[in-house]
Amino acid sequence: MMVAPDEPIVSVRGLTKSFGPVAVLKGVDFDVMPSKVSVVIGPSGSGKSTLLRCCNGLELADGGTIRICGQTLAQGGRMLPDAALNALRRQVGMVFQAFNLFPHLSVLGNVTIAPRKLLGLSVAEAEAAGRTLLGKVGLAHKADAYPATLSGGQKQRVAIARALAMQPQVMLFDEPTSALDPELVGEVLQVMRELAAEGMSMMVVTHEMSFAREVADSVSVMDHGVVLEQGPPAQIFDAPRHPRTREFLQAVTTRGGPRQLQGPTGSGTPLLSGDH
Amino acid sequence: MDLDFSPVWDGWRDLVHGALITIEVTAGAIVLGCLIGLVIGLGRLDPRRRVVYGLTTAYVSFIRGTPLLVQLFIWFFGLPHFGINFPAFFCGIVGMGIYSGAYVSEIVRGAIQSVDRGQMEAARSLGMPYRTAMREIVVPQALVRMIPPLGNEFIALIKNSSLVSLLTIADLMHEGQKIISTSYRSLEVYLAIALVYFVLTNLTGLALRTVERRLGAGGLV
Repeated sequence: MMVAPDEPIVSVRGLTKSFGPVAVLKGVDFDVMPSKVSVVIGPSGSGKSTLLRCCNGLELADGGTIRICGQTLAQGGRMLPDAALNALRRQVGMVFQAFNLFPHLSVLGNVTIAPRKLLGLSVAEAEAAGRTLLGKVGLAHKADAYPATLSGGQKQRVAIARALAMQPQVMLFDEPTSALDPELVGEVLQVMRELAAEGMSMMVVTHEMSFAREVADSVSVMDHGVVLEQGPPAQIFDAPRHPRTREFLQAVTTRGGPRQLQGPTGSGTPLLSGDH
Repeated sequence: MDLDFSPVWDGWRDLVHGALITIEVTAGAIVLGCLIGLVIGLGRLDPRRRVVYGLTTAYVSFIRGTPLLVQLFIWFFGLPHFGINFPAFFCGIVGMGIYSGAYVSEIVRGAIQSVDRGQMEAARSLGMPYRTAMREIVVPQALVRMIPPLGNEFIALIKNSSLVSLLTIADLMHEGQKIISTSYRSLEVYLAIALVYFVLTNLTGLALRTVERRLGAGGLV
């Protein structure tokens, strides 16, 4: 289902969500425009991961509206019926912080299972497409390996290929580099940068400030369940309007500074090195 | 103390025949118990589905909470009061299968719930329906985790099968007691029977460990 180029591919309005007595989202508006990268930053517990999980129906918001690819995913605390939800999810790729690769399947099996079972591709068709995707994330040589034998960075690149195998219209990234050793972050960000350059619509929740600055078309700063401010990266990072944004950016940068982006083998200064 | 094993040697054909009956009854009960256990275990995954959860939970608490011997007697001696007469062999297999199913269901439920929630989320986020995600992603991983506790259950069932001798089934225990009733050599015969059960249970344990290793080597961690 295509949307007009000037219409957002993900459109969130007035989203509210509580876990028991804790209000995690308190009326969030958020958009991802086609072929653009929207990055969400903010302190832990600000609700940014919950916002992203709502956009794939992994969490049901209590109130507000989520429209994705021209369809209403959730509205007023009601989710799209299961069959339609499954169909919509095929157009929305998801990458998790913890990778969530399928350990009982080979790398190629991870990338081909969904197209085979859901799109009706033959094994040969799915494997040909899967190998192409693995080549794209630089892991063609690991097709027959099992996830347990891969490094964290390799696992996350397989997870990205697995999501791309469904040919989604938009990709959601939930802190994709937060579980990685510092020296492995660069290779995953590189793949994401290439994906953005190819025109993939992306929503990225991350702590990688220099990635946000370099790749994002729009940056949203979340805190305590609300979007404090939203704008192009230059505005957010160089001229933040909200005092809490300034506080957050200062806290992040004084703890070792934003990670320098380098190639797949590059290692930047770890964002949270001050924590250890 | 003088031990005389000659009644055991003289009656070895009957003991072998009894052991085969024991294997048949136990194997039938294991198959039945696994089928029942899978269904009941899946039914107990989600307490929000009240009717299914309630019925399956009632099954587990009743079957697990009453003695196997009592259940077997109800099948064999109780039901005939209502004009329902099942053959002893049928009562043995069905009674033990239903009993074992309650335990297997807990093994199934525990193994499925031990699979990381992120696996289901990843499968669903690709667009897989719940059933597909269960069948392709969660259950294959749970199967491997079921093997060690299933080994315990199978071994317990082999030993418990000696109770069916009380339903007139000519199993290993029953054949042994027949030899004792003519030879009065109870220690020797019981030692011989114990050895046969020991071999059967340990062969079962060995077979399951082999399966576990194979699956582990195949990536089904």
